[in-house]
Amino acid sequence: MSRLRLRGLTKTFGATTVVDGVDLTLEEGEFVSLLGPSGCGKTTTLRMIAGFVAPTAGSIEMDGQELSSPAGVVPPERRRMSMIFQSYAIWPNMTVAENVAFGLKLRKLPADELRQRVREILGIVQMGHLAERYPAELSGGQQQRVALARAIVVKPSVLLLDEPLSNLDANLREEMRFEIRRLHDEFRFTTVYVTHDQAEAMATSDRIAVMHAGRIEQLDVPHLLYTRPRTRFVAGFIGRTNLLQARLEGGEVGFTGFAFNAAQIGIAAEGAPRDVLFSVRPQGMCLHNVPPADASQRPMLAADVIGRTYLGECWDYMVAPRGSALQLRVAAPPLQVHDVGESVWLEFDPRQMALVG
Amino acid sequence: MIEPATLIWVALIVVLLFLVAGPMLKLLAVSFERLGSGTFTFNNYLQAYGRARYLEALGNSLVLGVASSALAVLFAVPMAWAVSRTDMPGKALVWFVVMGAFVVPPYLGAIGWILLAGPNSGVINTVWHWISGTDSALVNIYSFPGLAFVIALHSFPLIFIFVKSALDLVSSEMEDAANILGAGTAAATRKITLPLVWPSILGGIILVFLETVALFGTPAIIGIPARINVVTTQLWQFFEYPVRVEVAAAYAMPLLLITMALIGSQKLMLARKGYVSQTGKGGERRPIRLGAWRWALFGWCGLVGALAVAMPLLVLLQASFAKAWGRGLSFDNLTLNNYTFLIFRHEMALISIWNTLWYSAAAATLAVLIALLVAYIVNRRLVPFGGVLSFLAMAPFVIPGIVMAIGFYAAYAAPPVALYGTAAILILAFTARFLPIAFASSTAALRAVHPEMEEAARILGSGRLRTIAQITAPLVRKSLIGGWLIVFIVASRELSAAIFLVGPKTRTMAVLLYDLSEAGNFEQLAAFGGILLTITMVLVGIGMKLAGRDFMLRRM
Repeated sequence: MSRLRLRGLTKTFGATTVVDGVDLTLEEGEFVSLLGPSGCGKTTTLRMIAGFVAPTAGSIEMDGQELSSPAGVVPPERRRMSMIFQSYAIWPNMTVAENVAFGLKLRKLPADELRQRVREILGIVQMGHLAERYPAELSGGQQQRVALARAIVVKPSVLLLDEPLSNLDANLREEMRFEIRRLHDEFRFTTVYVTHDQAEAMATSDRIAVMHAGRIEQLDVPHLLYTRPRTRFVAGFIGRTNLLQARLEGGEVGFTGFAFNAAQIGIAAEGAPRDVLFSVRPQGMCLHNVPPADASQRPMLAADVIGRTYLGECWDYMVAPRGSALQLRVAAPPLQVHDVGESVWLEFDPRQMALVG
Repeated sequence: MIEPATLIWVALIVVLLFLVAGPMLKLLAVSFERLGSGTFTFNNYLQAYGRARYLEALGNSLVLGVASSALAVLFAVPMAWAVSRTDMPGKALVWFVVMGAFVVPPYLGAIGWILLAGPNSGVINTVWHWISGTDSALVNIYSFPGLAFVIALHSFPLIFIFVKSALDLVSSEMEDAANILGAGTAAATRKITLPLVWPSILGGIILVFLETVALFGTPAIIGIPARINVVTTQLWQFFEYPVRVEVAAAYAMPLLLITMALIGSQKLMLARKGYVSQTGKGGERRPIRLGAWRWALFGWCGLVGALAVAMPLLVLLQASFAKAWGRGLSFDNLTLNNYTFLIFRHEMALISIWNTLWYSAAAATLAVLIALLVAYIVNRRLVPFGGVLSFLAMAPFVIPGIVMAIGFYAAYAAPPVALYGTAAILILAFTARFLPIAFASSTAALRAVHPEMEEAARILGSGRLRTIAQITAPLVRKSLIGGWLIVFIVASRELSAAIFLVGPKTRTMAVLLYDLSEAGNFEQLAAFGGILLTITMVLVGIGMKLAGRDFMLRRM
């Protein structure tokens, strides 16, 4: 287990900057996800950590020792890392056991210990009974388990995962998410996990770095990323949200067609007037038929239900505050039924109104 | 009511039985028959294997096959790896080399190497005499190693194409996974990449081996003067007066059996389950950076290119414009006489060019037509038992050309069919021999046209024939042109099947070239080779333009 540090890591291909000054420190045994849409630079960042790609600027250090910089790159085979690939890259000419033993053989383990460790790890990933099979005879999930076993059996300094679940079907993907987290809890390898799937990142990670256009937009623990996004991109990328433009002026937050007291929603309103942007999750608001008695301190509006969709887990209402052109999506529990055209009270939770710009 | 598809099916069965099954069954029958009497005998086999000289020829063929396929692997595998996996410079040049080695008929390459490495006046030995001051020969092409070397130089493209297309399917992540676990580039290549393509290497070896043991031209041109007898040259001797076709038939059987067995085992090997390459996402490929080593690989590719293409062609070119090729490059040695003699005064040269062109065109047209019909019927499942058709269409793939020719001779040369000495027997033999090439390209072309393309037209009211004419045919046209041209090109240079079937009036260019080589006039020989090569080049150029740069090198 090692401490991994990226400093100002940058990669350009010709005129395009793919990774743009990424700073990131992973503590020993920490599990960090790089989350972002395709083309955001997350895979390139991972391949730089692995040593397959040389940085244009910046550096990568492991336990204080420089691995990569524009001056030189330690080749992948001397980093003592391991990696799980999008295609799994299970070698089809070797059995499951041979695949798993490959890295141990290169480390010149005695034959007994090698067999012992292969058996152990295959047991841990529940593949012990398939050790002599060839990869072509395995299902996608089983191949994934072989890839996991092959990567962790060598006790890597850093474990890298490149969208490992994107080739699996939905149910299996959910199962493997927990499997990966379980293995991390058991072995505590320092881990970098690249994905574009937020649920995957949330289920597995200690911290998540949301990447956009080559930069880290926000690095945070999963629940703060959801409730307190700091940029418009993060708010929009993680989950669904309502983005509300407002003007901050003289202790008041003026939205389109209505205004709240700045203190009421926990915003410091000093200084010159300025335009701001709020992200409010559908779960950050409630609907009421009558104003609740204890709610006088909370921001509240009269509104009309203008559309609704029943999603099973919840209702998805489209609500228009009276006197405003805004349309807001509000989530409500399955038993809370409002008809289209009904007048309702819309209550905001100030803790879930995030200032994103 | 009988459906039209059924009628076509019956017609195709008849045609294929005539082209493929007839000659082979007749060959088998003749080998067990006392000539002309219709009575059963083992005597032909006793004659065919009763002499040490004949058995030795069989042994020589096998050793030659092993030697030349080993050399071909040595030439081809580093090239394929370099082109497919690395950042070696000059990859376009490698394509040129492979294409060149593929296009030059093997017997022309052999003649080129006689001019280069003949023991007395070969160019290499002449230069060696001059450098060393001795008059001993440095290299002698009239030897077993020389023969194997020349054959390997023309057959390595087969292995190259096989191995390169296999390497193209191996995702870089396979190597990355080995790298990150601690294997460097050399170890990853040795332990992962090469084992992954091993079945393809072996498949290529088998094809080169089979091509070698079935090759007639090169062993005849180099082997006979060197007193190296192989199966094919021995078969040729059985056809010298008095023609002993029944002994030849018996003698050809091991060649046929070995070919069938090896092709069968190759199919099994390539289908082996454990080797199926995993594809899917993340299959991107990045070239391996070789640093200074890339120049070493480039040097190797250049050397093979020089040996296989540049050097033999240059000496042939020089000889074709020379009064006497041994006098080297000088102004007073230059002449156009070789060409003008062949074109204006030689009694057979022009006739053979004309014969070659129209036989090849006729055979290519027939083969593509039959193949397309079979492929369509089988692919769209229009009739039950379509598999019989595709089996017959592919069967010539496991029949060496020389065996096919003897089968045609036995079945159709004599009355009642009495095709001996006619153009028809050559055209039909070429059609049968190259039917698998046409069938493979037709099948590939049709597979690329989803049946829904046709169904979409049918549902809008178009009949089957109109649909084929307006939808299917335009979609497969390019591949069909490619297939037609390949058949034309290989037919135009075919020697081993032609030499048994030509009559005095039906000589083709390849046969005439062989006649000239027996006469030993290398200047005229080179000029005639130049003409053949020019015709081939023009056709290859047309093919590249119409059907894509790599139309001859796609793996079937």
